[in-house]
Amino acid sequence: MNRILPALTIVVLIVGFWALAVIPMNAHLTADQAQRDGIVVTPEAPAARQEVSGLVLAIKNPQIIPLTYVQTRPRLPSPHQVVAELWETTVEKRITSKRSLVYHGWVTLSATLLGFAIGTTLGILLAVGIVYNRTMDKSVMPWAITSQTIPILALAPMVIVMLGSIGIQGLLPKAIISAYLSFFPVVVGMVKGLRSPDSMQLDLLRTYNASGNQGFWKLRLPSSIPYLFASLKIGISASLVGAIVGELPTGARAGFGARMLVGDQYGQPLVTWAALFAAAITAAALVAILSLIERQTLRSMGMKAA
Amino acid sequence: MTAWILAIAIWLVGWYLNHRLANAALSDSRAYALLIPLVFGVTLILIWEVLVTMLDVSAVILPPPSMIADRFAGSLPLLWADFEQTILKGAMTGYLIGALAAFGVAILADRSPFLTKGILPVGAFMAALPIVGTAPIFVKWLGSDWQSKAAVVGVMVFFPILVNTVAGLRDTTAMQRDLMRTYGAGYWPTLFKLRLPAAMPFIFNGLKIATTLALIGAIVAEFFGSPTLGMGFRISTSVGQLAMDMVWAEIIVAAIAGSFFYGLMALVEKRVTFWHPSQR
Repeated sequence: MNRILPALTIVVLIVGFWALAVIPMNAHLTADQAQRDGIVVTPEAPAARQEVSGLVLAIKNPQIIPLTYVQTRPRLPSPHQVVAELWETTVEKRITSKRSLVYHGWVTLSATLLGFAIGTTLGILLAVGIVYNRTMDKSVMPWAITSQTIPILALAPMVIVMLGSIGIQGLLPKAIISAYLSFFPVVVGMVKGLRSPDSMQLDLLRTYNASGNQGFWKLRLPSSIPYLFASLKIGISASLVGAIVGELPTGARAGFGARMLVGDQYGQPLVTWAALFAAAITAAALVAILSLIERQTLRSMGMKAA
Repeated sequence: MTAWILAIAIWLVGWYLNHRLANAALSDSRAYALLIPLVFGVTLILIWEVLVTMLDVSAVILPPPSMIADRFAGSLPLLWADFEQTILKGAMTGYLIGALAAFGVAILADRSPFLTKGILPVGAFMAALPIVGTAPIFVKWLGSDWQSKAAVVGVMVFFPILVNTVAGLRDTTAMQRDLMRTYGAGYWPTLFKLRLPAAMPFIFNGLKIATTLALIGAIVAEFFGSPTLGMGFRISTSVGQLAMDMVWAEIIVAAIAGSFFYGLMALVEKRVTFWHPSQR
């Protein structure tokens, strides 16, 4: 409870700042609109209005302030507009509709989850290889670490076109980008985790005459689980970003990325903002689900959740 | 068929070499630690070259490394101009703004334990969100030149640095703070002489995470609109023209810039936090 109240305060502060910022951001737009509708606006010449800042314009024309919150094509939509758009496109639209965010969300989410599964599996396998094979450790590990400093996401458009030209389209190219992005965090975290048992614990297993196999399943793998979950949480949000960016450069017709692009190109900022928030909510939900599984798993294993 | 046999032969030679190197007596020395991954990298590039040229893979799908190197060497001025636009103007400016803003907010919030307690979970939550998605919005607000890229980068790097700074400022023990009190040190001397230095390992952790984010933000934001210049612009137009060698050349630039930027931060960290156990 003593963490919820401060966090809520911060959220309220952010939303409050956003709501206030709507006035100066939309002031010019609203003033032009109001003048066309016959409301007196000072300064009267549109050119003169461009000279003053949005804040000054709003102070000089308090009558237009309420109007800044209800623009159909605002520069900055107000919080309630975004919530309304989200509600309309998720709950009120049929999910088969091309305008339903649930439909677009599923397109992105399926690529994310498939890619995440592939990336995590390969990452764990490679980590086991690295821990048990000295040659692999020395050859591959430096590259795995270096690759985290490289903006891999820049590869996304090329991967899509490359796979497209050999006839692979749709879900798989996006999933491959997702897999690639979640792969390296899992490798690095898992290697750290599999190496986390100290020599005392390894020696104890030796005195039990445990085989290498038993050492892996009974000591190394269980002690790597907290590290694995930490990496999984990084990996899943990276996967989602990968799937979204994978939709951007190719003119995909469905998915969060496609929605953002549509809103951008057809001058419908509300569509862009709703897609953005839907993506954020999805990311938060995925991380929350992983945290829940983490807590359950660690508790049933007798470890304390980090 | 010969291509595959050759590729497997190269693989076996490379693997054997690394196997010998990794199990040699001196394998923990610095030179070996550099040499082994280098051999591995060269092996992969050789296999790539052999397979692509001998199997006649179309350059649209995967250009051979030699062709990429050619293109890289042949268009250095263009690559430099893109680098300047995207990395120096977009990413660096945004990184600086985001980092300074994060420090500022962290120090301001620091006086209130209530606010810091709120910032930690909210900031960590925000850091996990796909903030790159704000790129089209910033491009619309600030135009397609580097200013909008700097804004995206600024927002992206803000949260990880903020969370790490706030967490770092809490990392002193009551004993240490009491000692400062007995010296008669007030809030500011305690902040500058004890708590900020103690927070440095955390702050640098955030700064290092943010280097990659900065490059990603600057490049991806250019997919939404840019002047006819910049790494993201070049990547998306070259993909359209099926000039994959140019895309790969830009990716090499991005890789070098990313590693260099990260390395620079790690170097500064080493200088600043020389006292920390992880650096000794």
